[in-house]
Amino acid sequence: MSAPVPLLAVENLQIRVGVDGPLAVDDFSFTMAPGEIVALVGESGSGKTMAARAAIGLLPAPMQVCGGRIIFQGQALDSSNAKAMREVRGARIGMVFQEPMVSLNPALTIGRQMSEALKLHTTLDAATIRERCIAMLQRIGIKDAEKCLASYPHQFSGGMRQRIMLASVMLLRPALLIADEPTTALDCLAQLDVIELMLELTREQGTAILFISHDLSLVARYAHKVVVMRSGKAVEQGRIEDILFAPKAEYTRQLLEALPRRGELVPVPAADSALLQVRDVCIEHPGPRSFWGRSVPKRVVHSVNLSIAPGETLALVGGSGSGKTTLGRAVVGLVNPCAGAILFQGVDILKAANRAHRLQCQMIFQDPYSSLDPRMTVGQILAEPLRHEPALTAAQKRQRVTDTLVDVGLPEQFRERFAHQLSGGQRQRVAIGRALVRRPKLVIADEPISALDMTIQKQILELFERLQRQYGFACLFISHDLSAVERIAHRVAVMNQGEVVEMGPRDTIFDAPQHPYTRRLLAAASPLEKRADGSYRLRASVI
Amino acid sequence: MNLKTPALPTVAAVPPRRRRRYPPLNALIGGSLLAALVLLALLGVVWTPYDPLKLDLLSRLHAPNAVHWLGTDEFGRDVFSRLIIGARTSLWISLLSVSVAVICGTLIGMLAGYLRGWTDRVLMMLNDALLAFPGILMALGIMAIVGASQYGIVLALGIAYTPSVVRVVRGSVLSLRELEFIEASRVIGNSELYTMFRHITPNCLAPLCVLATSMFGWALLSESALSFLGLGVPPPAATWGSMLSASRTYISTAPWLGIFPGIFISLTLLAINLFGDALRDRLDPRMRK
Amino acid sequence: MAVPTLLLISVIVFALIRLIPGDPALLMLGDMADPQSLADMRSSLGLDHSVVTQYLIWIKSVLSGDLGVSISSRQPVLELLLERFSVSATVVLVAVLLATLLAVPVGLLAAWKQNSAMDLGLVATATLLLSVPSFWLGLLLLYVFGIQLGWLPVIGYVGFATDPMKALTYVVLPIITLTLVEFGAIARMARASTIEVLRLEYIAHARAKGLSEGAVLCRHALRNAFAPTWTLIGLILGNLLGGIAVLETVFTLPGIGRLMVDAIFSRDYPVLQGCLLLVTCIYVLVNLLVDLLYPLFDPRVKL
Repeated sequence: MSAPVPLLAVENLQIRVGVDGPLAVDDFSFTMAPGEIVALVGESGSGKTMAARAAIGLLPAPMQVCGGRIIFQGQALDSSNAKAMREVRGARIGMVFQEPMVSLNPALTIGRQMSEALKLHTTLDAATIRERCIAMLQRIGIKDAEKCLASYPHQFSGGMRQRIMLASVMLLRPALLIADEPTTALDCLAQLDVIELMLELTREQGTAILFISHDLSLVARYAHKVVVMRSGKAVEQGRIEDILFAPKAEYTRQLLEALPRRGELVPVPAADSALLQVRDVCIEHPGPRSFWGRSVPKRVVHSVNLSIAPGETLALVGGSGSGKTTLGRAVVGLVNPCAGAILFQGVDILKAANRAHRLQCQMIFQDPYSSLDPRMTVGQILAEPLRHEPALTAAQKRQRVTDTLVDVGLPEQFRERFAHQLSGGQRQRVAIGRALVRRPKLVIADEPISALDMTIQKQILELFERLQRQYGFACLFISHDLSAVERIAHRVAVMNQGEVVEMGPRDTIFDAPQHPYTRRLLAAASPLEKRADGSYRLRASVI
Repeated sequence: MNLKTPALPTVAAVPPRRRRRYPPLNALIGGSLLAALVLLALLGVVWTPYDPLKLDLLSRLHAPNAVHWLGTDEFGRDVFSRLIIGARTSLWISLLSVSVAVICGTLIGMLAGYLRGWTDRVLMMLNDALLAFPGILMALGIMAIVGASQYGIVLALGIAYTPSVVRVVRGSVLSLRELEFIEASRVIGNSELYTMFRHITPNCLAPLCVLATSMFGWALLSESALSFLGLGVPPPAATWGSMLSASRTYISTAPWLGIFPGIFISLTLLAINLFGDALRDRLDPRMRK
Repeated sequence: MAVPTLLLISVIVFALIRLIPGDPALLMLGDMADPQSLADMRSSLGLDHSVVTQYLIWIKSVLSGDLGVSISSRQPVLELLLERFSVSATVVLVAVLLATLLAVPVGLLAAWKQNSAMDLGLVATATLLLSVPSFWLGLLLLYVFGIQLGWLPVIGYVGFATDPMKALTYVVLPIITLTLVEFGAIARMARASTIEVLRLEYIAHARAKGLSEGAVLCRHALRNAFAPTWTLIGLILGNLLGGIAVLETVFTLPGIGRLMVDAIFSRDYPVLQGCLLLVTCIYVLVNLLVDLLYPLFDPRVKL
């Protein structure tokens, strides 16, 4: 059987940083057939985005193709021939970008941006172009398409902008769509919407997708073929069944191992009373303030009840804007509830002098890049919480910092480093150390791993679990990542629009969800599961 | 489980990977130029080729020559000596006025950003009204009150530039307050005041440095302009601006009188601008990848 | 927000003049005043009333267009101000317009070819121009074109109403000077903001559509990159109006800056007060206009 002509063939591609810099992509080859969905997966810095961008001739400034060929529909693409590349771009190869907030021009109307490419690549008259735009917008579910054409991008939500961008790219019926992490910036439900829409549109038009992602479950669910990349090289490639479900290469196996899965939980010590009780708590955000200081508050948390036992991990899950972060911040006293009470060890943290509470309750923030003071060394950061431990001598404090460095797995010489000299994972280790150095009873972890790479995520989760075993603190784990929650939470509370819609033990929530919102969340996730024989499969949806 | 050995392999100490940096040319040129000018001004304190104030009516309006390198003025005074003295005056006045503005502005800005609420709104309304006066206009108005003198200029320029400092400091305080490490400090149990001084203040320094550098340039230019208008340091003291102003009468016969002070002002401003650019590139987090 | 600011400005201007040591009535009338008119002035300024009443009396007359009478020329201040202001405004507006038209495209191109020889050349030129004081550049131009070449008159001024062609010969050098000086500031700003914009994803998106580099620059980059420059232009306009005195001194133009400096020297406080008030109000209004037009370049900003 002779192979059909591939749609895109990348042969021995090499991309260099500058003229004499290191190779970002080295000896990279793959092919894709018309209509096929091929995923490039890898961690940050693996060169997956660069490889895809080279195909459309849009490498960012210092990057240069320095070897290999890219053949599209039987014709070699020559990125030095600007005119020929422009004819291919948009018309035959479309591209969707990662950040919906910055990938549409804020100063131009949707209509102008949508029609632009049609005007350029076709000979249609203005009226027909307009008609096509409107038809396409209606196709993606925008009711008032006329009004949408006259609107500016900032008037739409992230998910909506991503749909609009998809629509404007698909208007030209390209043969290949390059999608660079098109859903990473969206919350899990919007993510599903956009992916499904992308698949529908491409299926209708027979468009192939080159899908760049770090999310193995998503890739396993939607792609036909996968190329695993690491440090600019293809580690292995082939059909999803052969690679992700039955991994052979060591690195692929590592990546799959890094996926959190349900496991044994840290044992919870028996206790008679709850450590933390949240009773009918309502929280308001001040609305926009007028000149005289009046503002209309917006209620973001509605009458929530929770409790956490000593040593227990309660996960708070929900989409963006569900109020889960705000609730977490209220528990450490960063925002004050407008109604209800938060009891810590039976004492209302608002009424009592909350110093004791502050000392016992610590927080780990989401973004390790902004949660550490850039002008302090790791040693200073770790020592700072001990200011409020007058019982410790200076030597004891120093010893405590040393112990904490060991605890979080950082070598002693990191004491003198500044935050910007550390990687994301190392920073998060410092942040965990800072939260634990005073041996608190409760830790609030606000999306502590979502800004990290997959293998780092695994390391941080394992570290966290080990420390919890060691010190026995309770944890309020705020996350939108259901697989991480499944890994470490004893109980799960699901929040939607400021209310807790469902709460229960982990296994109940994941195996028998009751509330429709919980079901939708779980359906959107559908993770890869390891089977007894070491192979993998997609977990069947619970709905 | 042995508590002293972590279950996970310790993360290797990754050296911070930095791309090979080309030497920042603007910092090099700006810095050395500025250093040379400061040295020249310091030199003027102990030594000048001639007495800058000594009249010598026999050698009036000499063109640059081997005896008087940059010529003499209408009273026979040595232009080069006066330029050196002028460097001292101009740089000193600019430095003082920037210090006044930075100190007052930082205090007010910190106060507004720290207290917020009503205090902030009132302070900011006043500040915006003061900002509505173009800097040099404000200085002109104040000069009209305090009269032309060296410290009058310092006061006038200091007051005129304070509102810009207030704005920058308050802006960075407010944006820093939103960052997670400030919240972290609160969660640790630090008081607001401690957080302010330990975490917010040091992180305000970078934008303040950039602003102070460019303000130094503005102050120098304004001082020269005021002196040029005759509202600056009164004669016979030499400043670059007043030398330039006096040269206008002799522009057709003795152009060097106007050319050299102008070159000195321009070089100083160039040095400050280059240095400020380099500083901004270095300190701006967006530039530091 | 403009109204409270304007009110505060009037308070500040009022206070500035009152802070000048001496009898306000004497300041308003000059040293030559006779006792009778001094007494009249005292009562019309309300000096026997509280400071608040004095301010109210003053602001009432300001609002009705009465800014007093110049001590040195005996002309009504308002008339004098408007006459002089028109000269300064013409020079400043034309210069800033020219500088913008030249600097923005150049900045855009330099940013597009960042780090090329052209870019380096532009940055160097712009920084150099930014560092040259306008009054010195003016003197140099005057020396070259007025004295050495004799192409343009060195001293004096003729109004546009009298003889437009001749008037042009008097304002052309000040305009060139200002254009050159402001070119530096605007070009640097335009370049910096274009570099910022060109890094954004929507530029890559525009390129991915197959648009030519020209279309990407003009349609997608220019408008977004112009927004910060637009704010800068507002600031420049105001600062020029405040600082134009030096340039008017160099070119002996009868503009508002020169009027103010002369007023300081001759202790003509009614005129000084009027100048401060007028220039500041213009500055506020210009910036208000800039803010009002800002959404044209960035529709995300709502007023």
